[in-house]
Amino acid sequence: MDDALLLSRLQFAWVVALHILLPAFTVGLASYIAVLEGAFFFTGRPVFLRLSKFWLPIFAVSFGMGVASGIVMPFQFGTNWSRYSDLTADVLGPLMAYEVLMAFFLEAGFLGVLLFGRKLVPTWVHFLAAVMVAAGTLLSTFWILSANSWMQTPAGHAVVDGRFVPRDWLQVIFNPSFPYRLAHTTIAFYITTALVVIGVAAYYLRRGRHAEESLVMQKMGLGLLAVLVPLQIVVGDLHGLNTLEHQPAKIAAIEANWETQARMPLLIFAWPDEAAERNRLELGVPALGSIILGHDADAVIPGLKDWQPQDRPPVAIPFFSFRLMVGIGVAMLALTVAGLALWRRGRLAAARRFQWLCMPAASLGFIAVLAGWVTTEVGRQPWVVYGLLRTSDAVTPALAAADVAVSLLVYIVAYIAIFGAGLFFMARLVQRGFPPLEEPEREGPPATPARPISAAIRSP
Amino acid sequence: MALDLVPLWAAILAFGVLMYVLLDGFDLGIGILFPLAPDDAGRDTMMASVAPIWDFNETWLVLGGVGLLAAFPLAFAIVIPAVYFPILFMLIGLIFRAVAFEFRHLSRRRHYWDRSFFAGSLVATFSQGIVLGTFVQGIPVEGRDYAGGSFDWLTPFALATGAGLVAGYALLGACWLVLKSEGALQAWARRMARTLSLGVAAFVALVSLWTPFLQPQIRERWFGGEHPLWLWPVPLVTLGLFVLLWRSLERGRDTTPFLAALGIFAMGYLGLAISIFPMVVPYTFDLWQAAAGPRSQAFLMIGTLFLLPIILGYTVWSYWVFRGKVKAGSGYH
Repeated sequence: MDDALLLSRLQFAWVVALHILLPAFTVGLASYIAVLEGAFFFTGRPVFLRLSKFWLPIFAVSFGMGVASGIVMPFQFGTNWSRYSDLTADVLGPLMAYEVLMAFFLEAGFLGVLLFGRKLVPTWVHFLAAVMVAAGTLLSTFWILSANSWMQTPAGHAVVDGRFVPRDWLQVIFNPSFPYRLAHTTIAFYITTALVVIGVAAYYLRRGRHAEESLVMQKMGLGLLAVLVPLQIVVGDLHGLNTLEHQPAKIAAIEANWETQARMPLLIFAWPDEAAERNRLELGVPALGSIILGHDADAVIPGLKDWQPQDRPPVAIPFFSFRLMVGIGVAMLALTVAGLALWRRGRLAAARRFQWLCMPAASLGFIAVLAGWVTTEVGRQPWVVYGLLRTSDAVTPALAAADVAVSLLVYIVAYIAIFGAGLFFMARLVQRGFPPLEEPEREGPPATPARPISAAIRSP
Repeated sequence: MALDLVPLWAAILAFGVLMYVLLDGFDLGIGILFPLAPDDAGRDTMMASVAPIWDFNETWLVLGGVGLLAAFPLAFAIVIPAVYFPILFMLIGLIFRAVAFEFRHLSRRRHYWDRSFFAGSLVATFSQGIVLGTFVQGIPVEGRDYAGGSFDWLTPFALATGAGLVAGYALLGACWLVLKSEGALQAWARRMARTLSLGVAAFVALVSLWTPFLQPQIRERWFGGEHPLWLWPVPLVTLGLFVLLWRSLERGRDTTPFLAALGIFAMGYLGLAISIFPMVVPYTFDLWQAAAGPRSQAFLMIGTLFLLPIILGYTVWSYWVFRGKVKAGSGYH
């Protein structure tokens, strides 16, 4: 029973961790493609069309993988978390169903036209399809994060016979942590995509390929980062304050703060020892924790010992994952400032060291998203609905540990194969680059759905 | 609550699952038929005929799963654990099949992804058939939880429905291809459809005769009491549709076979629904016992009644954009 619980948690963590990488990229990329299609539609500059045609096949690969790995998620609730499904469905079921009805159908309905229909529909309809797909990804983000936030900060419900029953839908949907989580996550997704776009452009610039397209990509990416990275730092701070108010135990774990205290230090490093209820190798800045969390050096911040051991989240994991996320945030800010400075001096294309840095930086968004997700989900433990339903009470009762071990193994092997292949093929698409300029645009609708991908494949 | 939304929810969910079976049915069928295609050009055409729409078709499965969770959560919490492994195999099959659409023409080892497309479609379909069989044969329950073992689904009946669904989706796929292709590929699809229609007819007969012996409720519904007379049209119409399918294939019609195959599926679905109604966790909980609370039902119903027509609207539009024949050696490469 305990083994089945642990294995089910590992399985959920595995399938959602790999799945989240795809929306982290495709939410931003769908919007980027819509912007490119719109820019081409309104300005008529061919470079925007070329960019859109370059990114569409990459979007198709990642979106297809996102759909496939996404279908797995709701069925996890049934196979491994049937108690959770039974007890929370009256509240969360409609939110997830609205995600399907508003978002998934919208994305899927217009994806075909976006990918295959350029020659079959008028330009403005194709642009509209791009906007609809992008809107679908954002609506999806809205609903799934609303459901996730309700599990973090439940509101607008009553508990009847152990089951959660809705009382006020507006309070359920716009529960206390939702606006912050929605803003923080959506910005993170956009930043992730921008860093990939910048990284791909850097790859070309260093090889002297596609200079015009690459500079447009980098300037669009840097322009977005210039706004979003500072904004993300502000939103992240607000999100933290919201967490302190509604989930203080999570903050205590993130800060590895055992004692309730004023002038709480901000720990740069520590080795939390949960058995001994203290940290080893502590290195911190005095009072800075109180200043950040309470905006006052004398603010009293609750410590982990305020909770019974069985009600505390794990400490080490959120402590380190949070520091990883924040550290990456600082690196992103530095990269953005450097990029903007180079751009201002007109030296972007020639800045080889900066371009070299941009390539590995393409992965930073993904790592930060995963680190942030680990922080918030592990920090929610031992609850699946915060303070109300324990994760251990949510698992399917009849589940055999051996069954979960088998399914977990199958998911691990299958996802490594599929995600490995997906990454490889996307890398190949990037390597192939843009089709040669002299290739003329064919006029008139062809008899069959033409793929944007076909041009990329023909080029050497 | 004055208004009982349970029947409407049951109807909407039944409609969603039927849409899934019909739509993803034909594109899974394309996958099942894939290795049998006469040549690589034929396979390209087959893939091209479903590439713009498969994703949309599969979304109905998500609606079916999440809709069950939202409208009848108790059924979701009992039925899904009962088919732990079939669901796992279905999901893995769908993943390997879905990625093949994009990976296939990016890979230098295309045959590898051809196999992935075929095997994924086959496994996903067979698993769905097993889920169906397990559902029809009934699910042991204790309290509000599944009370059976990990392999209760492994029965001759469920394996038969699995095989039946493979034949059925393949038939839908073949008829779709008759509609969308020309020349040698279409002739081949026509031959496949004819063979498959015999197989599907055999499975429909087998399942129809088998189910009354599985459950007293089903026997009573079809052969006892006062109802049977007005249920007669169901098998009769099904028989008529098989005749229509066969003759339209013989006469070289393009559209009628596909419509007839869809009709056969709809009738089979209706027959099973009649057998099982009003159970949603056969044969322990009915629709009303497993339903979500009235507030949850009402909140979701408002949006569903508004959104479902819009969804159907742009579905029709999307299919319209990609209407007509897909030619051999298509614009894929």
